[in-house]
Amino acid sequence: MKPFTVHTGIVAPMDRANVDTDMIIPKQFLKSIKRTGFGPNLFDELRYLDEGQPDADNSGRPLNPDFVLNKPRYQGASVLLARENFGCGSSREHAPWALEDYGFRAIIAPSFADIFFNNSFKNGLLPIILDEKIVDDLFKAVEANEGYQLTVDLEAQVIRTADGDEIPFDVDPFRKHCLLNGLDDIGLTLQDADVIRAYEEQRRQQAPWLFND
Amino acid sequence: MAGKTLYDKLWEQHVVKERDDGTALIYIDRQLLHEVTSPQAFEGLRIAGRKPWRLNANLATPDHNVSTDKAEREAGIDGIKDSVSRIQVKTLDENCDDFGITEFKMADKRQGIVHVVGPEQGATLPGMTVVCGDSHTATHGAFAALAHGIGTSEVEHVLATQCLIQRKMKNMLIRVDGELGKGVTGKDVVLHIIGIIGTAGGTGTAMEFGGSAIRSLSMEARMTMCNMAIEAGARVGLVAFDEKTAAYVKGRPYAPKADQWDMALAAWKDLVSDEDAVFDKVVEIRAEDIKPQVTWGTSPEMVTTVDGTVPTLDDAEDDVERSAFTRAYEYMGLKPGQKMTDIQLDRVFIGSCTNSRIEDLRAAADVAKGRKVAGTIKQAMVVPGSGLVKEQAEKEGLDQIFLEAGFEWREPGCSMCLAMNADKLGSGEHCASTSNRNFEGRQGYGGRTHLVSPAMAAAAAIAGHFVDVREF
Repeated sequence: MKPFTVHTGIVAPMDRANVDTDMIIPKQFLKSIKRTGFGPNLFDELRYLDEGQPDADNSGRPLNPDFVLNKPRYQGASVLLARENFGCGSSREHAPWALEDYGFRAIIAPSFADIFFNNSFKNGLLPIILDEKIVDDLFKAVEANEGYQLTVDLEAQVIRTADGDEIPFDVDPFRKHCLLNGLDDIGLTLQDADVIRAYEEQRRQQAPWLFND
Repeated sequence: MAGKTLYDKLWEQHVVKERDDGTALIYIDRQLLHEVTSPQAFEGLRIAGRKPWRLNANLATPDHNVSTDKAEREAGIDGIKDSVSRIQVKTLDENCDDFGITEFKMADKRQGIVHVVGPEQGATLPGMTVVCGDSHTATHGAFAALAHGIGTSEVEHVLATQCLIQRKMKNMLIRVDGELGKGVTGKDVVLHIIGIIGTAGGTGTAMEFGGSAIRSLSMEARMTMCNMAIEAGARVGLVAFDEKTAAYVKGRPYAPKADQWDMALAAWKDLVSDEDAVFDKVVEIRAEDIKPQVTWGTSPEMVTTVDGTVPTLDDAEDDVERSAFTRAYEYMGLKPGQKMTDIQLDRVFIGSCTNSRIEDLRAAADVAKGRKVAGTIKQAMVVPGSGLVKEQAEKEGLDQIFLEAGFEWREPGCSMCLAMNADKLGSGEHCASTSNRNFEGRQGYGGRTHLVSPAMAAAAAIAGHFVDVREF
C-alpha cells in the first residue's frame, strides 16, 4: 500500500448526498480479477454519455460536459469533497480502487458509509470526516476559487488551506499508523498467531460444533 | 451493572485480543466466498506466500454473474457467453481447488446466492461470526449471528488469519410491536423503517430488530429484514435467538448433531439482549402503521406506501434532499404528486438475496395462481435463490404456477438484482423488483427500479402497474 503522509492537491466537489458504490464503479467493471485499472471507469455512468463496457477503450467515448470531473478547472484533482453517507451500498473494494486509480488520495465528507470507510484505509485513500458546516464552507470556497487546493497532513491531523487556515480532523490511531507507513495489516495480525491459536483452543472446548473440520 | 445486548455478547465471545487503541482482533467462524470479491484476495495470498488459516471455516459458491438461463447453464463454465464473467467463475473454481476450499460449483444443486446457501446448509449458525465480501452479509444476523460485509482486503485478511481488526459498533434497537396487517411482509417492515430513519440512520451501529412483530416473523422474513439493515446504513442486522431459529437450523447438513446439538442449543438460548440492556439508540414502530411499500426514487429511503404518491419538493427536509428529489424525478421519469399505482411497469424481477427463498416464492405464486401476466409487461422473471430452493419449489408445483401465468422460471443466481449477468433492464424501463437497491443504473444502465415484496411484485406483474396486494 502506498503510504500517506502529506498531500496537496486540487479539490473537486461532488455535490450530492448518498453517493453509492454502484455510482462510483458500476457492476460491469467488477468482473475484473485485478486490483488496478478501474480509474477510467470511475463514476462511469455520470462521466460518459454512453454505456461503458469492461475491457473496452474509453478514450473515444463521449464525455458528459456537465459532470464535475470533466470540467477543465478540476482536471488533475486529487482531493474529493463530498456530501453525507458517501460510499453507501455495496461492499465492493473496487470503489476505493477506482478512486485511487483515478488519482484521488483523500475524500472529505460529513459522513461515510462504514464498509467504504474501512476499505479506503486499506488502499492508501484517506477518508476525512468534517463537520457539515465546514464541508459546506469548503464547497463554497471551491466554487468561488478556480484551482482551489488543500493540503492534507495526516501526521499532524490537519487540513491546510492556501490562506494558511487549519482544519483539524480525527483519525483512528491504528489506521493512521498503517497509512503513514503503508503497512499491510495481515503481517501485523500474524504477529499474534499464538494468541489466535490459544483463542481457538479455548473456543473449541466451549463450542466444539464450530470446529467440525 | 446494565445487562448486555445481543451484539455485546457476540462481540465478547469473539474477542481474541483487545488492543490499546480501542480496536480488537475478532475471530471469524465462517467466511463465505463468491467470484466477484475474492480473486484479488487469493492473488494477495499467493503473492505473499500465505495459506488459508483454517480451510473449513470457508465455503464458496459462484452467484453474482452466473447465467440464469437453463441452456447456458447446462453448457457449463465454458458455455458462459460473457467472456469476462467466464474468467471470474473459472478463477473462483481454480482458487478453491488450489487452496482446498469447499465450493458448491455452478452445476452443483447446492449452488446459489451465498446468503441463501449459508443458512440453507446450516453453515450459518447462531452465535457465529460470519463475513463475506458482500454488504448483504447482514442477512445472517437473522440467526443471532454477528455477520457483516467486508472488502476484498479483509477477505484476504480473514483467509490468512481467521480474524479481523474491528472497533466495536454502537447498539441500535428497532422495536416493532403489534400485529402486522394482512399482506404486510418483512420487506415492507424494513422498507418502512428505512423510510423513517434514512439510509444513514444506522451507520456505525449493529441494528437489532426486536418486538412482538419481529418475533412473529418467519426466519425467511427475518433474513429479508437483516439483509436490508445495510440499506439503513448498519453493517450488522440482528434478531434474537428463539425456537424458530432452532427449528430452522436443526437437521441441516452443517448443523451440530446428537450431543453437540443439545450443547449448542443450551449455549444459543443466551443469544438475546438482556431485559436491562442499554441501547445507544432506540426506534419504536407500531406494526399496525405499516402498509405495503413501494420505492419511488433512487435510494431505498425514497419509499412510500402503495396507496401513496411521489413526494413533492415541499416534503424534502433541506436543499440537499430537494436536489436529490429533483434528480430522482428526472432519472425515474416521475412527477411529484403522481400516484404510485399509476406507474406503468416494463419488467418484474422476483429473486435476490433479499427475497428468493421458498417462502418468498410461495407468496408470489399464491398471487400468480390462475392469473396471467399483463400483456404490457415485457418480462417477468422468477429466480430462485439456490438449486435447493428451486428443487423445493418444483416439488410444490410453484414453477408450473409461474409458467402458466407467463413468468419465466430461471436458474439460481443474483441475476437482475445487480445485472452482472445478461439479466438487466433497458434504459428507461420501470421494474418492480424484490431486490434491495434502487440506485441509478443498478439493474441496468438507465433502468428504473421500484423495490417491493414478492407478493406485491407478482400482483404488479398481473396488473401491469402497482396494485395494493391487500385488495388484489
